[in-house]
Formats: sequence, structure tokens, C-alpha cells
Amino acid sequence: MIIDHPLLGPRDASEFIYLGDASLLNRPKWDEEKSEDNFYKYLYLRENVAGMHKELWFHQQGDRSWLVISRNTVTHEIFKVELATEFKKNMGKSND
Amino acid sequence: MYYNVLKILKEGLNDNKGWKKTWQNPEIKKKYDVIIIGGGGHGLATAFYLAKEFKIKNIAVLEKNWIGGGNVGRNTTIIRSNYLLNENEAFYEFSLKLWETLENQINYNAMVSQRGVLNVFHSDAQRDSFVRRGNSMIINGADAELFDVDKIKSIYPFLDYDNARFPIKGGLFQKRGGSVRHDAVAWGYAHAADELGVDIIQNCEVTGFKIKSGTCIGVETNKGDILANKIGCAVAGSSSVLMSKANMNLPLESHVLQAFVSESLKPFIPGVITFGAGHFYISQSDKGGLVFGGDIDGYNSYAQRGGMDMLEDVCEGGLALMPTIGKARLLRMWGGIMDMSMDGSPIIDKTHIKGLYLNAGWCYGGFKATPASGWCFAHLLAKGASHSLSENFQLDRFKNGYMIDEKGQGAQPNLH
Repeated sequence: MIIDHPLLGPRDASEFIYLGDASLLNRPKWDEEKSEDNFYKYLYLRENVAGMHKELWFHQQGDRSWLVISRNTVTHEIFKVELATEFKKNMGKSND
Repeated sequence: MYYNVLKILKEGLNDNKGWKKTWQNPEIKKKYDVIIIGGGGHGLATAFYLAKEFKIKNIAVLEKNWIGGGNVGRNTTIIRSNYLLNENEAFYEFSLKLWETLENQINYNAMVSQRGVLNVFHSDAQRDSFVRRGNSMIINGADAELFDVDKIKSIYPFLDYDNARFPIKGGLFQKRGGSVRHDAVAWGYAHAADELGVDIIQNCEVTGFKIKSGTCIGVETNKGDILANKIGCAVAGSSSVLMSKANMNLPLESHVLQAFVSESLKPFIPGVITFGAGHFYISQSDKGGLVFGGDIDGYNSYAQRGGMDMLEDVCEGGLALMPTIGKARLLRMWGGIMDMSMDGSPIIDKTHIKGLYLNAGWCYGGFKATPASGWCFAHLLAKGASHSLSENFQLDRFKNGYMIDEKGQGAQPNLH
């Protein structure tokens, strides 16, 4: 797979490390009533879709930036590559 | 139809005209006692043990493609029971014992070959960890031996002992490990289950579950609705997709694992050998091809094919261990979809929906588990309670904190 890095251009996927579903950016609040259950779901449960998947990749052998990639898990086709910081801003959440 | 030597002689004289189908192509009934979704190794083994050991009649196995087309035909055929944690080791040792008598049980030649599995180590620290694992195996009734370098040299003279980066310091050996012809496992279980009256239905894809007030009463398929008292799901890499039809999210990610076969060579590798400094395992098939593999590609995939970077990684590991294979040409490669769980261990459990049961999370170790997985899942389906060997493989262990993390990697499926 070739990942079109928003800053560096097309790079081979082997330069990157995969973390998983981009929902990991939505860390639950620790001080809510249901936080125990929320953290269980956050840590362990995944939608694991066959199809369009937003996921976190780390450019370990490059500029060490975190990316959010929209990729089809059935065809490996990549549709969108964003910096995770930009992605999170657009989610309307602060970086905490 | 019972296979034996006399039958082969008779059919040989009769131009082989009397053979019947290995399994039938039955009409679908409206209702079954138990439906197994997934006609892979685990599903067929479950159906067989349900009929044979637990005397359940009226069982169907629904397979969306054909028997033997999924992971049961997409692995490197290795059997072993060399785990560290008690929850795993006792289970896999039970599986290895079932492999030893499998062919008589199913009346089918699965070419079970206990040629030995050798895990080489390359440092003092790794030796200590392998010794610990060997002791855990012996405590759980399995066999394990520690080989020094001279012993390994006498059996496997072709390994690279002088590798400056990864010198071989010894190995953990399990004599009873080995390999099995994987297609014959699928065909054999299908044949034996069919003999006991199990309906094996191919090209039948489950498209939904019929759930009525918290109880699963049947499935919707491309061949119409089928009712059942109990439904067991054993669909490996497709588990998340299937269970999403019952609005369940599972502690799984699906990843692609590749396997490779070289051209046929004269026999020179006795048994299975694994590299301790990278992820590489190899054996030689009866046809002479080198069968080898390594790590998963590491990202979510349902594609049944992987990338060239992993091929390169696997071959680098292979050449560091045994440079002699460098001239062999690669004949075939393929990918299978692994149901990677959050702690690297499987799930054999009921779900919160009554009548709906789950068998999943085998990561890339499902093949060796086939008989025990089938046995324990059949026990759960027949009796409604877990078998003592699979009682720790619970679906809610992640919520309760009872993880079985063999490698100690945490909730990161691509590291298990």
C-alpha cells in the first residue's frame, strides 16, 4: 500500500505502524457515572468493519506524525489521509 | 460410506465406480436443534462432536462458500501444544491428544504426522523463557525437551549456527508436535459428520438472525429462513461482520496472515522449525514444498491477500535461520483472515442473546485448536455450560479483567 502523506507525499506503508480504529481518539471521560463501562468499550470492543474504515497510523520511519487514514479493508484502497491533529480539530474536540 | 483397505482393493478392481460422495448435498429442513454457522474446521468439528459425543440429532452446518475454502485451507498445517499459561496449555494439550486419534475417529486419512516442533533460541534470556515454557508444558501433561546445540546440529545440520547476529544457542523441542494435511481435516470432519446425519449446506450465507424478545430462534439466509433451538457461530475472521447482524461489537480485529509454499524439493527438513529472533516457521510438506509463514501484515483487512513487505520480512527471517533455502523458488502465496482478539486468546462462550453462541478469536493459532475447539464448543452447545478446559475463554473476560495474555502485549491485536 502507498500512503499519500499530507506533508511528505506518497510513502510506502511499511514505513508506518498501525494502531487501529480512529475511534481511539475519542477517549472517554474518567469521572462519569458510566466511565468503567465506557473504558471497557473504548479499550476492547471494535466495530471491525469490512469496508470503509477510519484508522490511526504512525509514521515511525518518517516524520513521526500520527495520521488518520480512510481505507477500504476489503480492497485496501485508500481514500483520504489526514493529520490526526487536523482530524481531531475537525471533530470539534480539544487536544487534551 | 466406511473407508477401509478392502474397500480400496474392491474399488480398484471395479474401476473405482462404486465410491459415493464424501458428503451429501441435503435439502434444507425448516428447523434444526442446532445450527452451526461456518463450515470451516472448527464448525465441522463442532458438528461432528455434537453428533458423536453429545448425541445431538438434527444438526446443520451452514457454509457461505465451499467446504475447505476458508482458513482451514489457508494455514501452515502445524499442530503443537507449547503454550505458557495454564488456561491455554491444558486446552491445546487436549487438542493434541485428539489429533493423535483423529483419523480413527473420523475414518479419514488426515496425514497426521508427529514429526516434532523445534523452537530455536538465540540468547541466555530467551533460553530461560523457553525453559519456563517447557516446564509449564510438562506440568500440564505435554512433552517438552531442551536441546543443546550439538543435539540440534545432529538433526538439523542445515541451520546457520555461525550467524553473528543471531547465533543458535539451543531449542525447545516438542516431539509430539508436527503437521496435518489441512484440507483432509475439513473433508474428514465433513465426511464423519455427514455419516452421523449432519446436514452440510454449502453456498448458504447467513444474512441475519431472527431474534425474538432476547432469544435467537433462527437465522435468515440467502436460501430462506431456518429455525433452530441453538445457533453456534464459528466464522473466524468474519465474526465481527456476522455478529454485527445481532448488534454486537466484539473484542476482535480482523487481520490478514500470509502463508507461502516453495517448489517441490527432496525431503530435507524433518518436522517444524521456528526462528526465535524473528517471526518465521517452516516445515516441508509430503509433496516436498517448503511451507512457511511469519507475522500478520498488521492492519485491519478482509482481503485474503497481503503486501510484499511482509513477504520480504518473512524471507529475511528464513534466510537468517537457514540460508540454504535461498535458492528455492516461491510457488504459491495466499492470505487468510485472522480473528485477532484483544489478549491473543480465543472465545468459546454464550452471548447475552439466549440461544446464540460464539466461537472466535483464534488469532493465527486456530488450526491446531480445531479438535478441542469443536469438542468444547459442542459441549457448550449441548449442555449450556462451558467445558472445564474452555471455561476461561469467556467473552466478558475483558470487562472483568481475566485476560489470558500469553505474550503480555495488552489490548493491541496486531502484536499478539
